Amino acid sequence: MIEVLSTLPLNTVQDLGRFGSRHYGVSTCGVMDPVAFVVGNVLLGNPDNAAAIEVQTFPFVVRFLADTSFAVTGADTAATLDEREVPPWWSSTAQRGQTLTLRPPASGARAYLALSGGIDVPVILGSRSTHLRSEFGGYSGRSLEQGDVLRTLDGEAHPAPWKSGDLGVVPPAFALPSRSAKASDNVLPVRVLRAGEYDLFSAMVQARFWATDWRIMHQSDRGGYRLSGQPLKLAAPVELRSYGLVSGIVQVPPSGEPIIQMSDANTAGGYPKIATVIEADLWRLGQARLGSYIRFEDVTYEHAVDAMAPVTAYLAQVRRTTDLFRSL
Amino acid sequence: MTPAVMDAIRPSRATVTAERPALSAPKVSSIGTRALLLEAPGAFELGQQKRIWSVADEVASWADVEEAVLGVTNLLVVFTKPPRDLEATRAALMDAWHRLPEKAVSGRVIEIPVIYGGELGSDLPAVSAYSGLPPEEIIAIHSGGDYTVCAIGSSPGFGYLHGLDQRIFMPRKTVPSLRMLKGTVTIGGMQAGISVSTGPNGWNAIGWAATPMFDLAKTPPTLLAPGDQIRFLVERVEL
Repeated sequence: MIEVLSTLPLNTVQDLGRFGSRHYGVSTCGVMDPVAFVVGNVLLGNPDNAAAIEVQTFPFVVRFLADTSFAVTGADTAATLDEREVPPWWSSTAQRGQTLTLRPPASGARAYLALSGGIDVPVILGSRSTHLRSEFGGYSGRSLEQGDVLRTLDGEAHPAPWKSGDLGVVPPAFALPSRSAKASDNVLPVRVLRAGEYDLFSAMVQARFWATDWRIMHQSDRGGYRLSGQPLKLAAPVELRSYGLVSGIVQVPPSGEPIIQMSDANTAGGYPKIATVIEADLWRLGQARLGSYIRFEDVTYEHAVDAMAPVTAYLAQVRRTTDLFRSL
Repeated sequence: MTPAVMDAIRPSRATVTAERPALSAPKVSSIGTRALLLEAPGAFELGQQKRIWSVADEVASWADVEEAVLGVTNLLVVFTKPPRDLEATRAALMDAWHRLPEKAVSGRVIEIPVIYGGELGSDLPAVSAYSGLPPEEIIAIHSGGDYTVCAIGSSPGFGYLHGLDQRIFMPRKTVPSLRMLKGTVTIGGMQAGISVSTGPNGWNAIGWAATPMFDLAKTPPTLLAPGDQIRFLVERVEL
């Protein structure tokens, strides 16, 4: 059990997402960086989908109201438990009364605070994720506020924390470095598959789509990333009948500046779609900061499917390590 | 031929398939590795939507389908994992489209009282200017139509409606309204709608309705379902 001592808006309870309710118009929501989120739960012996706090505005400070194991993953927030430093991608056990502080990260956008057992908020349409715009899910359908008290599920019944100390893992940014040779250090390469209206754009505009370093504009959020760069105009405007969206779809509104739909996106829209970010790169995009740059890389379906293998292997390695540590 | 005429001459019995219009192929495209979008060919036509409903019903029972998401004369099929054989999956989707009859749906009739014009229908003058029709006639045409719910999507409980009279078609805005109120009665291109959440919206506001469209305490939480018939009643006009 924890109490929020200090927070800014937009920090919410999330799980992997609310799947299977798009046909009600209900957004999938869910964490922006599922790799970091799952690792946090694995470190604690939680089910993969146990709800955690996605922290995207800092500082974020909580007090433990009971002895609780916790993990902090995702962006490196120079976390401290009272005076003691908590390394990134680390799990530990807090004593009742201790205070955990997450600070603005030097890199990355979102950190995850997972608690042993997972956060106990009501399951709505199969998920504990918050959807701020719809005002449901998570903690009362809203951002966390000072004074909120969050309980955990099965706190007592849960496996005891490590007897032999804390446990951390290698962050995926190191274990799974982005392999692009083309991109410079400050441009995140993002692999995409072409989508339905790609061929409607002229060869020149297509070339511009691939060559541009797109800046993630400050209006971007969990709903979508608005990109700034030389506009991608169609010869004649195209208005599609509304169709279902998935996370990572890159649409081109009439302004010509692309939008990447993310976790909190509407379930349907009508803008032409030029590409879709592959699943294996969505977590990296979820950690991209406002004002930073991305570049799109054209990949085949086979490449996109195979690209998940290293992510799966990394998570499997984390599971093995954790199980081994637990058995010691 | 208008959609209304098309529907009138087409038998509604699901078993009759010979009466379909000439079949041009639908478009099937990938959205990432785990989703395929099937788009019906031709005009925004209720018969095509009924065929999409049939395909959705069948596809929902396929292994590895996480969700079949209805759109407006299109269907997004989301898989639990990338299809092993993408071409075979595309072909199966195409086959379902060609093979299945229109779904026979007898939806409910839902009446929605509307306050037309005024502050909450602030685009009525623009629709009037675009169509060349006086506001009174826009209202008469809009409230005189029979609308069918094609799909629920975008926001919780939002219904995409077929049946808007083409005289009052109006393109979506290039710059969305920043804070359109929940319940706003809208026109977006050839589609009619009722907004379900307050926020940015690119459709044109012509009125407002108090009817709640989404309630988590109910099962299903949505007021509307695909196949339902909507009638807009003139509650009040503010010009």
